[in-house]
Amino acid sequence: MPPLTVDAGGLMLQNPVILAAGILGTTGASLRRAALAGAGGVVTKSLGSAPREGHPGPNIVQVECGLLNAMGLPNPSYREFQEEIEIARTGGSPVVASIFGSSAEEFSQIARGLKADAFELNLSCPHAEKYGSELGRYPDLVEIVTGAVKANADVPVWVKLTPNTADIVELGLAAQRGGADAIVAINTLKAMAIDVETGMPILGNRFGGLSGSAVKPVAVRCVYELSSNLDIPVIGVGGVSSWEDAVEMILAGACAVQVGTALMKGYGIIQEINDGLSRYIERKTATLEDLRGKAWRHS
Amino acid sequence: MRPLNTVIQEVRSEAPLIRTFRLDHQLDPAPGQYCMVWIRGVDEVPMSFSGPDTITIQSVGEATRALFRLGAGSTIGIRGPLGNGFVLRGDKILLIGGGVGTAPLAFLGEQAREAGIEVSSLIGFRSSEDLIFRSRFESLGDTIITTDDGSMGIHGRVAAGLKELNLDDYSQIYLCGPEMMMWDIISRTKEHAGKTQASINRYFKCAVGVCGSCCLDPDGTRACVEGPVIMADKLLESEFGRYRRGPSGSKGPCRG
Repeated sequence: MPPLTVDAGGLMLQNPVILAAGILGTTGASLRRAALAGAGGVVTKSLGSAPREGHPGPNIVQVECGLLNAMGLPNPSYREFQEEIEIARTGGSPVVASIFGSSAEEFSQIARGLKADAFELNLSCPHAEKYGSELGRYPDLVEIVTGAVKANADVPVWVKLTPNTADIVELGLAAQRGGADAIVAINTLKAMAIDVETGMPILGNRFGGLSGSAVKPVAVRCVYELSSNLDIPVIGVGGVSSWEDAVEMILAGACAVQVGTALMKGYGIIQEINDGLSRYIERKTATLEDLRGKAWRHS
Repeated sequence: MRPLNTVIQEVRSEAPLIRTFRLDHQLDPAPGQYCMVWIRGVDEVPMSFSGPDTITIQSVGEATRALFRLGAGSTIGIRGPLGNGFVLRGDKILLIGGGVGTAPLAFLGEQAREAGIEVSSLIGFRSSEDLIFRSRFESLGDTIITTDDGSMGIHGRVAAGLKELNLDDYSQIYLCGPEMMMWDIISRTKEHAGKTQASINRYFKCAVGVCGSCCLDPDGTRACVEGPVIMADKLLESEFGRYRRGPSGSKGPCRG
Protein backbone atom coordinates (compact mmCIF):
# COMPACT_ATOMS: atom_id res chain seq x y z
CA MET A 1 0.00 0.00 0.00
CA PRO A 2 1.36 3.46 -0.87
CA PRO A 3 1.78 5.79 2.10
CA LEU A 4 -0.99 8.23 2.92
CA THR A 5 1.13 10.47 5.12
CA VAL A 6 0.62 14.19 4.62
CA ASP A 7 1.90 17.48 5.94
CA ALA A 8 -1.30 19.34 6.77
CA GLY A 9 -0.20 22.89 7.40
CA GLY A 10 2.78 21.99 9.53
CA LEU A 11 1.21 18.96 11.17
CA MET A 12 2.45 15.56 10.00
CA LEU A 13 -0.43 13.10 9.72
CA GLN A 14 -0.35 9.35 9.11
CA ASN A 15 -3.24 9.80 6.72
CA PRO A 16 -5.31 12.72 5.43
CA VAL A 17 -8.62 11.78 7.10
CA ILE A 18 -9.26 14.03 10.10
CA LEU A 19 -12.18 14.02 12.54
CA ALA A 20 -13.96 17.38 12.09
CA ALA A 21 -14.61 19.84 14.90
CA GLY A 22 -17.86 19.42 16.79
CA ILE A 23 -18.19 15.74 15.99
CA LEU A 24 -17.62 13.31 18.87
CA GLY A 25 -15.15 15.80 20.27
CA THR A 26 -16.67 16.48 23.67
CA THR A 27 -14.55 13.95 25.55
CA GLY A 28 -11.01 12.67 25.34
CA ALA A 29 -12.36 9.14 25.12
CA SER A 30 -14.44 9.78 22.02
CA LEU A 31 -11.56 11.61 20.32
CA ARG A 32 -9.23 8.73 21.14
CA ARG A 33 -11.79 6.32 19.74
CA ALA A 34 -11.72 8.25 16.42
CA ALA A 35 -7.92 8.11 16.39
CA LEU A 36 -7.96 4.37 17.10
CA ALA A 37 -10.53 3.98 14.31
CA GLY A 38 -7.90 5.32 11.93
CA ALA A 39 -8.21 9.12 11.86
CA GLY A 40 -4.94 10.80 10.90
CA GLY A 41 -5.84 13.65 13.25
CA VAL A 42 -8.71 14.66 15.47
CA VAL A 43 -10.20 18.09 16.16
CA THR A 44 -11.86 18.86 19.49
CA LYS A 45 -15.22 20.43 20.05
CA SER A 46 -14.73 24.22 19.97
CA LEU A 47 -13.37 25.49 23.27
CA GLY A 48 -13.97 28.93 24.73
CA SER A 49 -12.74 30.81 27.76
CA ALA A 50 -15.74 30.00 29.97
CA PRO A 51 -18.14 27.06 30.27
CA ARG A 52 -21.21 27.25 28.00
CA GLU A 53 -24.25 24.99 28.00
CA GLY A 54 -25.29 25.77 24.43
CA HIS A 55 -28.69 26.47 22.92
CA PRO A 56 -31.97 24.91 24.06
CA GLY A 57 -33.14 21.94 21.99
CA PRO A 58 -33.89 20.78 19.44
CA ASN A 59 -30.19 21.07 18.62
CA ILE A 60 -30.37 18.85 15.54
CA VAL A 61 -32.77 18.32 12.67
CA GLN A 62 -32.22 15.56 10.16
CA VAL A 63 -33.18 16.93 6.77
CA GLU A 64 -33.40 15.09 3.45
CA CYS A 65 -29.83 15.85 2.41
CA GLY A 66 -27.92 16.36 5.62
CA LEU A 67 -27.97 17.53 9.18
CA LEU A 68 -28.97 20.89 10.54
CA ASN A 69 -27.47 21.75 13.90
CA ALA A 70 -27.46 24.57 16.41
CA MET A 71 -25.53 23.23 19.37
CA GLY A 72 -24.47 26.71 20.46
CA LEU A 73 -20.80 26.05 21.26
CA PRO A 74 -21.34 24.04 24.47
CA ASN A 75 -17.99 23.38 26.14
CA PRO A 76 -16.55 23.11 29.64
CA SER A 77 -13.93 25.86 28.95
CA TYR A 78 -10.44 25.29 27.64
CA ARG A 79 -8.98 24.99 31.14
CA GLU A 80 -11.19 22.07 32.05
CA PHE A 81 -10.64 20.44 28.66
CA GLN A 82 -6.86 20.08 28.90
CA GLU A 83 -7.16 16.68 30.59
CA GLU A 84 -9.45 15.48 27.80
CA ILE A 85 -6.79 16.46 25.25
CA GLU A 86 -4.21 14.40 27.14
CA ILE A 87 -6.55 11.40 26.99
CA ALA A 88 -7.24 12.00 23.29
CA ARG A 89 -3.50 12.02 22.58
CA THR A 90 -3.20 8.43 23.80
CA GLY A 91 -4.99 7.47 20.57
CA GLY A 92 -1.73 8.15 18.76
CA SER A 93 -2.89 10.88 16.35
CA PRO A 94 -2.30 14.62 16.65
CA VAL A 95 -5.01 16.48 18.55
CA VAL A 96 -6.07 19.82 17.14
CA ALA A 97 -7.88 22.16 19.53
CA SER A 98 -10.71 24.09 17.93
CA ILE A 99 -11.00 27.40 19.77
CA PHE A 100 -13.38 30.33 19.67
CA GLY A 101 -13.55 33.79 21.17
CA SER A 102 -15.22 37.12 20.66
CA SER A 103 -11.98 39.04 20.19
CA ALA A 104 -8.33 38.61 19.27
CA GLU A 105 -7.50 38.89 22.99
CA GLU A 106 -9.85 36.06 23.94
CA PHE A 107 -8.47 33.80 21.19
CA SER A 108 -4.92 34.62 22.30
CA GLN A 109 -5.67 33.91 25.94
CA ILE A 110 -6.87 30.42 25.03
CA ALA A 111 -3.93 29.79 22.68
CA ARG A 112 -1.53 30.74 25.47
CA GLY A 113 -3.23 28.60 28.07
CA LEU A 114 -4.04 25.43 26.14
CA LYS A 115 -1.63 22.74 25.00
CA ALA A 116 -2.51 20.96 21.77
CA ASP A 117 -0.72 19.80 18.63
CA ALA A 118 -2.31 22.59 16.58
CA PHE A 119 -5.10 25.14 16.84
CA GLU A 120 -8.07 25.49 14.55
CA LEU A 121 -9.67 28.92 14.85
CA ASN A 122 -13.43 28.76 14.72
CA LEU A 123 -14.17 31.94 12.78
CA SER A 124 -17.12 30.35 11.12
CA CYS A 125 -19.82 28.91 13.41
CA PRO A 126 -23.01 30.38 11.90
CA HIS A 127 -25.26 30.28 14.95
CA ALA A 128 -23.61 31.75 18.04
CA GLU A 129 -23.96 35.40 18.88
CA LYS A 130 -20.65 37.31 19.15
CA TYR A 131 -18.63 34.33 17.95
CA GLY A 132 -17.70 32.36 14.85
CA SER A 133 -18.83 33.89 11.59
CA GLU A 134 -19.85 37.10 13.36
CA LEU A 135 -16.11 37.81 13.39
CA GLY A 136 -15.08 35.52 10.58
CA ARG A 137 -17.07 37.21 7.84
CA TYR A 138 -14.85 40.31 8.11
CA PRO A 139 -11.47 39.88 6.39
CA ASP A 140 -9.77 42.45 8.63
CA LEU A 141 -10.91 40.62 11.80
CA VAL A 142 -9.81 37.27 10.34
CA GLU A 143 -6.34 38.72 9.77
CA ILE A 144 -6.12 40.31 13.22
CA VAL A 145 -7.32 37.21 15.09
CA THR A 146 -5.04 34.92 13.10
CA GLY A 147 -2.06 37.18 13.66
CA ALA A 148 -2.75 37.42 17.38
CA VAL A 149 -3.01 33.64 17.80
CA LYS A 150 0.12 33.08 15.71
CA ALA A 151 2.00 35.44 18.02
CA ASN A 152 0.86 33.44 21.03
CA ALA A 153 1.09 29.87 19.76
CA ASP A 154 4.09 27.69 19.12
CA VAL A 155 2.11 25.11 17.15
CA PRO A 156 0.49 25.29 13.70
CA VAL A 157 -2.60 27.49 13.39
CA TRP A 158 -5.39 26.53 11.04
CA VAL A 159 -8.22 28.92 10.26
CA LYS A 160 -11.68 27.50 9.59
CA LEU A 161 -13.69 29.69 7.25
CA THR A 162 -17.36 30.30 6.71
CA PRO A 163 -18.99 29.77 3.33
CA ASN A 164 -21.67 32.29 4.31
CA THR A 165 -19.94 35.08 2.45
CA ALA A 166 -19.81 36.51 -1.05
CA ASP A 167 -16.10 35.81 -1.48
CA ILE A 168 -14.42 33.13 0.60
CA VAL A 169 -11.08 33.78 -1.14
CA GLU A 170 -10.97 37.21 0.44
CA LEU A 171 -11.29 35.56 3.86
CA GLY A 172 -8.62 33.00 2.95
CA LEU A 173 -6.19 35.71 1.84
CA ALA A 174 -6.81 37.55 5.10
CA ALA A 175 -5.97 34.42 7.12
CA GLN A 176 -2.86 33.93 5.01
CA ARG A 177 -1.76 37.52 5.66
CA GLY A 178 -2.30 36.87 9.36
CA GLY A 179 0.17 34.00 9.14
CA ALA A 180 -2.18 30.97 9.10
CA ASP A 181 -0.47 27.64 8.47
CA ALA A 182 -3.55 26.22 6.74
CA ILE A 183 -7.14 26.98 5.85
CA VAL A 184 -9.97 24.66 6.80
CA ALA A 185 -12.99 25.04 4.56
CA ILE A 186 -15.90 24.99 5.01
CA ASN A 187 -17.96 25.35 8.16
CA THR A 188 -21.71 24.76 7.90
CA LEU A 189 -24.09 26.80 5.76
CA LYS A 190 -26.49 28.93 7.75
CA ALA A 191 -29.88 27.29 7.40
CA MET A 192 -33.21 26.58 9.07
CA ALA A 193 -36.11 24.15 9.13
CA ILE A 194 -39.73 24.91 9.99
CA ASP A 195 -42.32 22.57 11.45
CA VAL A 196 -45.19 22.50 8.96
CA GLU A 197 -47.90 21.69 11.54
CA THR A 198 -47.23 24.67 13.78
CA GLY A 199 -45.12 27.01 11.69
CA MET A 200 -42.44 27.01 14.37
CA PRO A 201 -38.75 26.97 13.55
CA ILE A 202 -37.58 23.54 14.74
CA LEU A 203 -34.15 24.41 16.11
CA GLY A 204 -34.21 25.95 19.57
CA ASN A 205 -31.98 28.67 18.17
CA ARG A 206 -34.16 29.01 15.01
CA PHE A 207 -31.07 29.16 12.79
CA GLY A 208 -28.37 26.56 12.53
CA GLY A 209 -25.74 25.18 10.23
CA LEU A 210 -26.29 22.67 7.45
CA SER A 211 -23.75 19.87 7.01
CA GLY A 212 -23.62 16.59 5.14
CA SER A 213 -24.06 15.68 1.49
CA ALA A 214 -26.03 18.83 0.69
CA VAL A 215 -23.03 21.08 1.26
CA LYS A 216 -20.36 19.01 -0.49
CA PRO A 217 -20.53 20.74 -3.89
CA VAL A 218 -20.29 24.09 -2.11
CA ALA A 219 -17.29 22.85 -0.14
CA VAL A 220 -15.58 21.50 -3.26
CA ARG A 221 -16.01 24.86 -4.97
CA CYS A 222 -14.63 26.72 -1.95
CA VAL A 223 -11.62 24.39 -1.68
CA TYR A 224 -10.95 24.83 -5.40
CA GLU A 225 -11.15 28.63 -5.23
CA LEU A 226 -9.07 28.86 -2.08
CA SER A 227 -6.35 26.44 -3.05
CA SER A 228 -5.91 27.94 -6.50
CA ASN A 229 -5.54 31.45 -5.06
CA LEU A 230 -3.61 30.87 -1.81
CA ASP A 231 -0.07 29.74 -1.05
CA ILE A 232 -0.96 27.94 2.18
CA PRO A 233 -2.56 24.47 2.22
CA VAL A 234 -6.30 23.93 2.40
CA ILE A 235 -8.02 21.19 4.38
CA GLY A 236 -11.35 20.27 2.80
CA VAL A 237 -14.43 19.66 4.92
CA GLY A 238 -18.12 19.50 4.08
CA GLY A 239 -20.13 16.43 3.20
CA VAL A 240 -17.23 14.00 2.84
CA SER A 241 -18.80 10.59 3.36
CA SER A 242 -16.92 8.27 1.00
CA TRP A 243 -13.44 7.82 -0.44
CA GLU A 244 -14.69 9.31 -3.70
CA ASP A 245 -15.68 12.46 -1.82
CA ALA A 246 -12.21 12.61 -0.28
CA VAL A 247 -10.59 12.18 -3.69
CA GLU A 248 -12.79 14.93 -5.09
CA MET A 249 -11.66 17.28 -2.31
CA ILE A 250 -8.01 16.45 -2.98
CA LEU A 251 -8.46 16.98 -6.73
CA ALA A 252 -10.06 20.32 -5.87
CA GLY A 253 -6.86 21.22 -4.03
CA ALA A 254 -7.20 19.91 -0.47
CA CYS A 255 -4.13 18.47 1.26
CA ALA A 256 -6.36 16.61 3.72
CA VAL A 257 -10.05 16.20 4.49
CA GLN A 258 -12.17 16.33 7.60
CA VAL A 259 -15.13 14.05 8.17
CA GLY A 260 -18.06 15.00 10.37
CA THR A 261 -21.68 14.23 9.63
CA ALA A 262 -20.73 10.92 7.98
CA LEU A 263 -19.79 9.64 11.45
CA MET A 264 -23.53 9.09 11.87
CA LYS A 265 -22.80 5.85 10.03
CA GLY A 266 -20.30 4.93 12.75
CA TYR A 267 -16.56 5.17 13.29
CA GLY A 268 -15.91 2.62 10.53
CA ILE A 269 -16.34 5.30 7.88
CA ILE A 270 -12.87 6.67 8.70
CA GLN A 271 -11.10 3.43 7.77
CA GLU A 272 -13.38 2.95 4.79
CA ILE A 273 -12.27 6.31 3.35
CA ASN A 274 -8.60 5.58 4.05
CA ASP A 275 -8.79 2.17 2.39
CA GLY A 276 -10.52 3.64 -0.65
CA LEU A 277 -7.89 6.38 -0.89
CA SER A 278 -5.10 3.81 -0.74
CA ARG A 279 -6.63 1.72 -3.49
CA TYR A 280 -7.20 4.81 -5.61
CA ILE A 281 -3.64 6.12 -5.48
CA GLU A 282 -2.32 2.63 -6.10
CA ARG A 283 -4.54 2.28 -9.17
CA LYS A 284 -3.55 5.73 -10.42
CA THR A 285 0.12 5.13 -9.55
CA ALA A 286 0.12 8.61 -8.09
CA THR A 287 0.85 10.19 -4.75
CA LEU A 288 -1.60 12.37 -2.85
CA GLU A 289 0.71 15.24 -3.76
CA ASP A 290 0.31 14.48 -7.48
CA LEU A 291 -3.45 14.53 -7.19
CA ARG A 292 -3.75 17.69 -5.15
CA GLY A 293 -5.32 20.48 -7.21
CA LYS A 294 -5.40 18.43 -10.38
CA ALA A 295 -8.76 20.00 -11.16
CA TRP A 296 -7.38 23.52 -11.38
CA ARG A 297 -4.45 22.40 -13.50
CA HIS A 298 -7.10 21.24 -15.99
CA SER A 299 -8.71 24.64 -16.38
CA MET B 1 -36.02 12.28 10.74
CA ARG B 2 -37.78 15.55 11.51
CA PRO B 3 -39.84 15.61 14.69
CA LEU B 4 -43.17 13.87 14.08
CA ASN B 5 -46.12 16.01 15.08
CA THR B 6 -47.94 14.00 17.73
CA VAL B 7 -51.24 14.69 19.48
CA ILE B 8 -51.49 13.83 23.17
CA GLN B 9 -54.57 11.59 23.46
CA GLU B 10 -54.70 11.26 27.21
CA VAL B 11 -52.78 12.31 30.31
CA ARG B 12 -52.89 10.04 33.35
CA SER B 13 -51.53 10.97 36.75
CA GLU B 14 -49.56 8.03 38.18
CA ALA B 15 -48.10 9.74 41.27
CA PRO B 16 -47.82 13.35 42.48
CA LEU B 17 -44.93 14.12 40.08
CA ILE B 18 -45.38 11.36 37.49
CA ARG B 19 -47.71 11.36 34.51
CA THR B 20 -48.28 9.09 31.54
CA PHE B 21 -48.92 10.66 28.14
CA ARG B 22 -50.66 8.54 25.52
CA LEU B 23 -49.80 9.57 21.97
CA ASP B 24 -51.78 9.25 18.76
CA HIS B 25 -49.03 7.21 17.08
CA GLN B 26 -47.92 3.63 17.65
CA LEU B 27 -44.22 4.18 17.07
CA ASP B 28 -43.41 0.49 17.55
CA PRO B 29 -40.63 1.01 20.11
CA ALA B 30 -38.76 -1.83 21.74
CA PRO B 31 -38.85 -1.52 25.55
CA GLY B 32 -35.78 0.44 26.63
CA GLN B 33 -35.74 2.55 23.50
CA TYR B 34 -36.40 6.26 23.88
CA CYS B 35 -37.67 9.23 21.93
CA MET B 36 -36.71 12.89 21.87
CA VAL B 37 -39.72 14.93 22.97
CA TRP B 38 -39.88 18.44 21.59
CA ILE B 39 -41.91 20.69 23.86
CA ARG B 40 -42.23 23.49 21.40
CA GLY B 41 -40.66 26.76 22.39
CA VAL B 42 -38.99 25.15 25.42
CA ASP B 43 -36.57 22.30 24.74
CA GLU B 44 -36.15 18.76 23.42
CA VAL B 45 -35.55 16.03 25.99
CA PRO B 46 -35.13 12.23 25.91
CA MET B 47 -37.91 10.05 27.37
CA SER B 48 -38.30 6.30 27.45
CA PHE B 49 -41.42 4.48 26.38
CA SER B 50 -43.67 2.92 29.01
CA GLY B 51 -45.78 1.17 26.37
CA PRO B 52 -46.23 1.00 22.59
CA ASP B 53 -47.85 4.45 22.54
CA THR B 54 -47.06 5.92 25.96
CA ILE B 55 -44.29 7.82 27.67
CA THR B 56 -44.21 8.18 31.44
CA ILE B 57 -42.51 11.24 32.79
CA GLN B 58 -41.40 12.62 36.13
CA SER B 59 -41.42 16.38 36.49
CA VAL B 60 -37.82 17.32 37.20
CA GLY B 61 -37.02 20.51 35.32
CA GLU B 62 -38.13 23.25 33.01
CA ALA B 63 -38.93 21.02 30.03
CA THR B 64 -40.94 18.46 31.99
CA ARG B 65 -42.80 21.19 33.89
CA ALA B 66 -43.77 22.69 30.52
CA LEU B 67 -44.87 19.26 29.34
CA PHE B 68 -47.05 18.86 32.45
CA ARG B 69 -48.93 22.00 31.41
CA LEU B 70 -50.05 20.19 28.24
CA GLY B 71 -53.29 18.20 28.22
CA ALA B 72 -55.17 15.94 25.81
CA GLY B 73 -55.33 17.57 22.40
CA SER B 74 -52.02 19.40 22.79
CA THR B 75 -49.22 18.49 20.42
CA ILE B 76 -45.55 17.67 20.85
CA GLY B 77 -42.82 16.71 18.37
CA ILE B 78 -41.35 13.22 18.62
CA ARG B 79 -38.11 11.81 17.19
CA GLY B 80 -37.87 8.10 17.68
CA PRO B 81 -37.87 5.35 18.66
CA LEU B 82 -34.11 5.73 19.12
CA GLY B 83 -31.23 3.72 20.51
CA ASN B 84 -30.91 0.08 21.51
CA GLY B 85 -33.57 -1.26 23.82
CA PHE B 86 -33.62 -4.30 26.08
CA VAL B 87 -33.13 -7.71 24.48
CA LEU B 88 -35.14 -10.61 25.90
CA ARG B 89 -32.94 -13.60 26.73
CA GLY B 90 -33.87 -16.87 28.38
CA ASP B 91 -37.10 -18.09 29.94
CA LYS B 92 -37.06 -16.56 33.40
CA ILE B 93 -36.19 -12.93 33.95
CA LEU B 94 -35.97 -10.43 36.77
CA LEU B 95 -36.89 -6.76 36.49
CA ILE B 96 -35.29 -4.36 38.98
CA GLY B 97 -36.58 -0.81 38.89
CA GLY B 98 -36.56 2.38 40.89
CA GLY B 99 -39.06 5.25 40.70
CA VAL B 100 -40.05 6.34 37.21
CA GLY B 101 -37.37 3.95 35.93
CA THR B 102 -39.90 1.17 36.44
CA ALA B 103 -41.82 2.47 33.39
CA PRO B 104 -39.82 0.80 30.58
CA LEU B 105 -39.56 -2.35 32.72
CA ALA B 106 -43.36 -2.72 32.96
CA PHE B 107 -43.46 -2.45 29.18
CA LEU B 108 -40.66 -5.01 28.85
CA GLY B 109 -42.34 -7.38 31.31
CA GLU B 110 -45.56 -7.32 29.30
CA GLN B 111 -43.71 -8.22 26.10
CA ALA B 112 -41.85 -10.96 27.97
CA ARG B 113 -45.08 -12.48 29.27
CA GLU B 114 -46.55 -12.46 25.76
CA ALA B 115 -43.46 -14.38 24.65
CA GLY B 116 -44.09 -16.95 27.42
CA ILE B 117 -41.20 -15.81 29.62
CA GLU B 118 -41.56 -16.01 33.41
CA VAL B 119 -41.21 -12.57 35.01
CA SER B 120 -40.39 -11.50 38.59
CA SER B 121 -39.98 -7.90 39.71
CA LEU B 122 -38.24 -5.93 42.42
CA ILE B 123 -39.39 -2.32 42.39
CA GLY B 124 -38.58 0.47 44.80
CA PHE B 125 -39.96 3.92 45.54
CA ARG B 126 -39.36 6.70 48.01
CA SER B 127 -42.75 6.25 49.60
CA SER B 128 -46.07 4.47 49.02
CA GLU B 129 -47.49 7.60 47.39
CA ASP B 130 -44.73 7.51 44.76
CA LEU B 131 -45.56 3.92 43.80
CA ILE B 132 -46.49 3.53 40.14
CA PHE B 133 -47.58 0.60 37.95
CA ARG B 134 -48.18 -1.75 40.92
CA SER B 135 -50.94 -3.62 39.14
CA ARG B 136 -48.95 -3.88 35.92
CA PHE B 137 -46.06 -5.53 37.76
CA GLU B 138 -48.25 -7.72 39.97
CA SER B 139 -50.05 -9.07 36.93
CA LEU B 140 -46.69 -10.11 35.45
CA GLY B 141 -45.66 -12.33 38.37
CA ASP B 142 -44.00 -12.21 41.79
CA THR B 143 -43.41 -8.62 42.78
CA ILE B 144 -41.34 -7.31 45.67
CA ILE B 145 -41.88 -3.69 46.64
CA THR B 146 -39.50 -1.55 48.68
CA THR B 147 -39.97 1.97 49.99
CA ASP B 148 -37.30 4.21 51.44
CA ASP B 149 -39.62 5.32 54.24
CA GLY B 150 -41.12 1.90 54.94
CA SER B 151 -44.65 3.04 54.11
CA MET B 152 -45.09 -0.04 51.94
CA GLY B 153 -43.30 -3.33 51.43
CA ILE B 154 -39.73 -3.76 52.54
CA HIS B 155 -38.31 -0.77 54.39
CA GLY B 156 -35.20 0.39 52.59
CA ARG B 157 -33.58 0.97 49.24
CA VAL B 158 -34.24 -1.31 46.27
CA ALA B 159 -31.15 -3.33 47.15
CA ALA B 160 -32.86 -4.28 50.43
CA GLY B 161 -35.12 -6.51 48.34
CA LEU B 162 -32.22 -8.52 46.91
CA LYS B 163 -32.09 -10.81 49.96
CA GLU B 164 -35.53 -12.14 49.01
CA LEU B 165 -34.20 -13.35 45.66
CA ASN B 166 -31.72 -15.87 44.34
CA LEU B 167 -30.25 -14.20 41.27
CA ASP B 168 -28.92 -17.54 39.99
CA ASP B 169 -32.55 -18.40 39.21
CA TYR B 170 -32.76 -15.82 36.42
CA SER B 171 -31.45 -16.05 32.89
CA GLN B 172 -31.37 -12.29 32.55
CA ILE B 173 -31.77 -9.24 34.80
CA TYR B 174 -33.12 -5.90 33.58
CA LEU B 175 -32.37 -2.71 35.45
CA CYS B 176 -33.65 0.86 35.23
CA GLY B 177 -33.80 3.66 37.77
CA PRO B 178 -31.81 6.52 39.26
CA GLU B 179 -28.10 6.12 38.59
CA MET B 180 -27.01 5.64 42.19
CA MET B 181 -29.73 3.04 42.72
CA MET B 182 -28.56 1.14 39.64
CA TRP B 183 -24.94 1.50 40.72
CA ASP B 184 -25.86 0.14 44.14
CA ILE B 185 -27.48 -2.93 42.57
CA ILE B 186 -24.73 -3.55 40.02
CA SER B 187 -21.92 -3.25 42.54
CA ARG B 188 -23.67 -5.65 44.93
CA THR B 189 -24.35 -8.20 42.19
CA LYS B 190 -21.08 -8.11 40.24
CA GLU B 191 -21.08 -11.84 39.57
CA HIS B 192 -24.31 -11.36 37.58
CA ALA B 193 -23.13 -8.30 35.63
CA GLY B 194 -22.69 -10.38 32.47
CA LYS B 195 -26.43 -11.07 32.41
CA THR B 196 -27.67 -7.66 33.56
CA GLN B 197 -28.95 -5.13 31.05
CA ALA B 198 -29.21 -1.59 32.39
CA SER B 199 -30.93 1.36 30.76
CA ILE B 200 -28.84 4.41 31.54
CA ASN B 201 -29.16 8.13 31.16
CA ARG B 202 -26.62 10.66 29.91
CA TYR B 203 -26.90 14.18 28.48
CA PHE B 204 -28.43 13.57 25.04
CA LYS B 205 -28.38 16.44 22.56
CA CYS B 206 -28.23 15.13 19.00
CA ALA B 207 -29.50 11.59 19.68
CA VAL B 208 -27.95 10.45 16.40
CA GLY B 209 -24.44 9.65 17.65
CA VAL B 210 -22.45 12.63 16.39
CA CYS B 211 -22.32 15.39 18.98
CA GLY B 212 -20.50 13.41 21.65
CA SER B 213 -22.28 14.86 24.69
CA CYS B 214 -23.40 11.42 25.93
CA CYS B 215 -20.09 9.58 25.47
CA LEU B 216 -19.02 7.37 28.38
CA ASP B 217 -15.50 7.13 29.71
CA PRO B 218 -13.20 5.37 29.23
CA ASP B 219 -14.01 4.02 25.75
CA GLY B 220 -16.30 6.71 24.31
CA THR B 221 -19.43 4.57 24.07
CA ARG B 222 -22.20 6.80 22.68
CA ALA B 223 -25.10 6.19 25.04
CA CYS B 224 -27.62 7.72 22.62
CA VAL B 225 -27.07 5.19 19.83
CA GLU B 226 -25.05 2.35 21.38
CA GLY B 227 -27.26 2.53 24.49
CA PRO B 228 -29.25 3.53 26.35
CA VAL B 229 -29.31 -0.15 27.34
CA ILE B 230 -25.78 -1.26 28.22
CA MET B 231 -24.56 -4.47 29.83
CA ALA B 232 -23.66 -4.03 33.50
CA ASP B 233 -20.23 -5.65 33.14
CA LYS B 234 -19.35 -2.84 30.76
CA LEU B 235 -20.77 -0.23 33.14
CA LEU B 236 -18.61 -1.56 35.98
CA GLU B 237 -15.57 -0.59 33.90
CA SER B 238 -16.92 2.88 33.10
CA GLU B 239 -17.64 6.29 34.61
CA PHE B 240 -21.13 5.04 35.51
CA GLY B 241 -21.91 5.61 39.18
CA ARG B 242 -18.87 7.89 39.60
CA TYR B 243 -19.52 10.99 37.49
CA ARG B 244 -21.42 12.23 34.48
CA ARG B 245 -21.12 15.16 32.14
CA GLY B 246 -23.65 17.95 32.00
CA PRO B 247 -24.77 20.19 29.14
CA SER B 248 -21.40 21.99 28.87
CA GLY B 249 -19.44 18.74 29.01
CA SER B 250 -18.22 19.45 32.55
CA LYS B 251 -18.05 16.46 34.85
CA GLY B 252 -20.46 16.44 37.75
CA PRO B 253 -21.83 14.02 40.33
CA CYS B 254 -24.35 11.32 39.42
CA ARG B 255 -27.62 12.51 40.84
CA GLY B 256 -30.17 10.23 42.38
